[in-house]
Amino acid sequence: MLLLCVVLIAASGKGFGLPAKTSNTKVILNGGQKVTFARPDGYFAFHNVPAGTHLIEVSSLGYFFSPVRVDISARNPGHIQAALTENRRVLNELVLEPLKEEQYYEIREPFNVMSLLKSPMGLMVGFMVLMVFVMPKMMENIDPEEIKQAQEQMRNSPVPSFSGLLARANS
Amino acid sequence: MAPPPRRLLLALFGFLTAAVLATLVAAVYEDQVGLADWHQKYIGKVKQAVYHSQKSGRRRVVVLTEENVIASLDLRSGDIFWRHVIEKNDPIDQLSLSLGKYVVTLSSGGSILRAWNLPDGQMIWETNIQTSTASKSLLHVLSSNKVAKDNLVLVSTGRSIYAVSSIDGVISWRKDFTLDDLEIKQVIQSPENDIVSVVGVAGSSKLALYQLNAKSGEIVKDAQESLPGGLCGETVLGSHDVLIALDQTRSAIFVIEFKGLSLSYNKVRVSNFVQDLSGTVKLLPLMSNGIIALQSSCTVYLLKLKGMDGLEVIHSFDRPAAVSDALAITEKDEAFAVVQHVGSQIEFIVKVTSDLSNEVIREKVDIDQHRGSVQKVFLNNYVRTDKSHGFRALIVMEDHSILLVQQGAVVWSREDGLASIVDVMASELPVEKEGVSVANVEHNLFEWLKGHMLKLKGTLMLASADELAAIQSLRLRSSEKNKMTRDHNGFRKLLIILTKAGKVMALHTGDGRIIWSNFLPFLRASKSGEISSALRIYQWQVPHHRVMRENPSILVVGRSGGDSVSPGVLSILDSYSGEELNSQRFDHSVAQIIPLILKDSSEQRLHLIVDSNSLAHLYPRSPDALKSFIHERSNLYFYSVDIQENAIRGYSLQKSCDLNLEDEYCFSTKELWSIVFPSDAERIAISETRKLNEVVHTQAKISADQDVMYKYVSKNLVFVATVSPKAAGEIGSAAPEEASLVAYLIDAVTGRILHRVTHHGAQGPVHAVVSENWVVYHYFNLRAHRFEIAVIEIYDQSRADNKDVMKLILGKHNLSAPITSYSRPDVTVKSQSYFFTHSVKAMAVTQTAKGITSKQLLIGTIGDQVLALDKRFLDPRRSLNPTQQEKEEGIIPLTDSLPIIPQSYVTHSLQVEALRGIVAIPAKLESTTLVFTYGVDLFYTRLAPSRTYDSLTDEFSYALLLITIAALVAALVVTWVWSEKKELRDKWR
Repeated sequence: MLLLCVVLIAASGKGFGLPAKTSNTKVILNGGQKVTFARPDGYFAFHNVPAGTHLIEVSSLGYFFSPVRVDISARNPGHIQAALTENRRVLNELVLEPLKEEQYYEIREPFNVMSLLKSPMGLMVGFMVLMVFVMPKMMENIDPEEIKQAQEQMRNSPVPSFSGLLARANS
Repeated sequence: MAPPPRRLLLALFGFLTAAVLATLVAAVYEDQVGLADWHQKYIGKVKQAVYHSQKSGRRRVVVLTEENVIASLDLRSGDIFWRHVIEKNDPIDQLSLSLGKYVVTLSSGGSILRAWNLPDGQMIWETNIQTSTASKSLLHVLSSNKVAKDNLVLVSTGRSIYAVSSIDGVISWRKDFTLDDLEIKQVIQSPENDIVSVVGVAGSSKLALYQLNAKSGEIVKDAQESLPGGLCGETVLGSHDVLIALDQTRSAIFVIEFKGLSLSYNKVRVSNFVQDLSGTVKLLPLMSNGIIALQSSCTVYLLKLKGMDGLEVIHSFDRPAAVSDALAITEKDEAFAVVQHVGSQIEFIVKVTSDLSNEVIREKVDIDQHRGSVQKVFLNNYVRTDKSHGFRALIVMEDHSILLVQQGAVVWSREDGLASIVDVMASELPVEKEGVSVANVEHNLFEWLKGHMLKLKGTLMLASADELAAIQSLRLRSSEKNKMTRDHNGFRKLLIILTKAGKVMALHTGDGRIIWSNFLPFLRASKSGEISSALRIYQWQVPHHRVMRENPSILVVGRSGGDSVSPGVLSILDSYSGEELNSQRFDHSVAQIIPLILKDSSEQRLHLIVDSNSLAHLYPRSPDALKSFIHERSNLYFYSVDIQENAIRGYSLQKSCDLNLEDEYCFSTKELWSIVFPSDAERIAISETRKLNEVVHTQAKISADQDVMYKYVSKNLVFVATVSPKAAGEIGSAAPEEASLVAYLIDAVTGRILHRVTHHGAQGPVHAVVSENWVVYHYFNLRAHRFEIAVIEIYDQSRADNKDVMKLILGKHNLSAPITSYSRPDVTVKSQSYFFTHSVKAMAVTQTAKGITSKQLLIGTIGDQVLALDKRFLDPRRSLNPTQQEKEEGIIPLTDSLPIIPQSYVTHSLQVEALRGIVAIPAKLESTTLVFTYGVDLFYTRLAPSRTYDSLTDEFSYALLLITIAALVAALVVTWVWSEKKELRDKWR
């Protein structure tokens, strides 16, 4: 039984500097039983494949291929069914396409002010600045009467401060 | 103060876990490549080399290696232009060039013919050839003198011959010869007309000659002749119409002439013309006009053909190492090279067939002592500027390295022994001596500041392209990682590597350079052709450096023969210098090596070597070691897995051998238990245990609902997987109904099966990894037709009651009860399985110094990449809708398949071709593990499974910190001045 398929790789290999070439695309039958390479036009073939259910995997750096389940009928020769195992999509023709491109590197975020401000340090600095400039303003807005009242209260119920305690102990 | 409301705490916790989950992927940035990792490409031991023709102007050589790699190498530097690693089950036998632009390979016993584009290695076509019998196949590329567009490639297997067009791989004709048992030995192209002569041997004595039309394959003439005395099968062409064949006894030569239709032969005894010949001879494939080469056990004879009557010895080389094939340098003249060992040097001799009495070149070349003897030599010529011929040669050494020799010097060399690693071990570097302070690293403050300013510019994205390059080189040049001393974080180590050739090499983890190498004499093939095999490598002695001033040493164990009953050998090497300290030949075989945790007084590790008769031998052989061993003997148990008999057996050690000789270091073993699997239903596919040096930090696992689960942590846990015999083959060979996989968890001391689970409709290949209290294994699910990874976690139920704090306080707990393997463990098992996209080649788990850091599985995929998968994805407690509490604990919602996140490939955009093994080595820094991956390539990197929480990363910008501090100080001063002024103003008011 001859199995002929095509591997298609999108020629848009941009982004991570990997050459979009089929030269290192391996096609693997049944987890390594047979391995072949894709030709420049993307075609590949496995020879002497018996009837039954088989698995084809494609290994190509930079692309994610779903393994393909291939059923070769024993009763009517030449009848082949294929389906992607990842999403169970049935292939009408044996054309293997990558599900997605793989990006192996983290992308560096370009420097921007917002990300710096959003970081914990930035938030802390922002809060401090807020306190420094806004708090005095708030204090000004408070009615002087109220402040006096509050100070009165403080005096009446003194917070037992550490220095106060010390002073008391000394006396 | 009132405690914060619980809900607030929970929210905070949830936020934290969400933050942690977001960091499941620990990827590298593209500009970080090469900072902590290195990648080395190899090809393996060269078995065939074909040079590009002179005309093409490219100085390249195409090689075929024993690792089944075809590669194009640069002759000037030895760099790889392109390379293809072919699967081991598709062995490439022959390699040839066609039309000067294709590389044609014949593989799988002559059934697959492939053509590769010479400049870039792209496969052009592939042709399948029907082979009937498993016979030796031949590849012959017809050379056309005319300016032809197409060239035929002839492939002969058994009694068929195929002609394949080298442009597109279409079979243009095929000829099956009718003679029974015919085996084609030679395909000869006559230079004048398009006639191809095919010489074959049928049975043991019949010689057949066919002349075919090269264009159509029709038989023009044929002739047959029976030769008395039979043929051994070795034939070689003497000239274009004379065939030389060896007879069955290998002591006589047939000179067969085929002029036109007639076949005439003459039998000549070798001893007639070669004096004092001992033993049998071998024909060397030195195709040269009228010159043939014979090799006896230690001498190579060059014979000149004198018509039909006989041969004459014209030259002989004593103790040659290798003879190259002949190389046509002019129309009529051919050259060949002979390499001899002279003391520590090798002698490279080139002769021309037209003038055999003189040598064109006789050069002595110095060669590294640790390369062994010369195995093969491939000669190539070039035309010098003065139109004379210069010669260079590729020399393959016994340690699998290759050298290019030209003008009496080694131009380049490749350490291709590293393509076939047998075992790997990590060893510490020497401690930094006092007096050499670390301070001199930052020798120049200005330089240091400049470097940091550059880095700051880089992080602020202000750097130009030139500056970025400068930053990159600055990072790579940082000498810190390549120092020859131990570092505080334990990143710098020596990787001690044992190769198939028997060479031990130490690589520095900083950049992968070879620190030392030693080609162990006992592992080298002896004169009698006995093949030794290297087995394992172990830590032998790790002296406590404050107490002893000795270097640590390593133990290498091997076999002095190919089969398992041949006696073993051991060698002890200094791990700092590679010097051999001691070597020993056993009088017993090596079946199993058991490193013990015991040490003798000189801190040598005790090792038990079990031979094929189930006798255990103790090493080192010192009374001191014996004493400490006897003391612990009754507590020692071991097990062996017998794949042949489909059984696992457990043993204990008895007093002494019942052999007659008094050997107190030998102990007999007693079988305690055995599990024999029914071989009609189950076949052992894999057995796996925990790594000996693995550290488990916590025995208990606390879930979010304050429940405690005790891990069943046992060093004696063995995972065994069996598959049904029908499903033992490849995927696609078995139907789901007849396939099943059974996973066992066995206690290796008592042989008790702790857990057994059957996966119906599942089959191998199985890969497994055991760590702490869990097993993860990969197999193929035939029903879903997808790969699956399953996890089993084992918890100790007998300790589950120890949750009550009151009981602990009052001492009413059973924690102090002795834990013994004899008591029946009360375990509970949780398991789950998930789909996984890829086939797996190797599996390992990260290891850290204290075992606190969470684990990652390292999965070597079919694409020769290594994927790091967080263990949290393989948690049997995952469910579709985890409760709030479970989410807080970090349990990921259940999905049917495991995610493959491209950024979590440890090998990023690199491939470790023909990946075979992954080794994780703990660094001293708890968060970090060192990962070494090997196949034909080597790859090393540092991993931090939970990010580097215990140290600042290389990314940390010290300059930014300094600038912040400076800015703060400035602000302080300014505000202080301001406040002073304000105070003054207030006072004046």
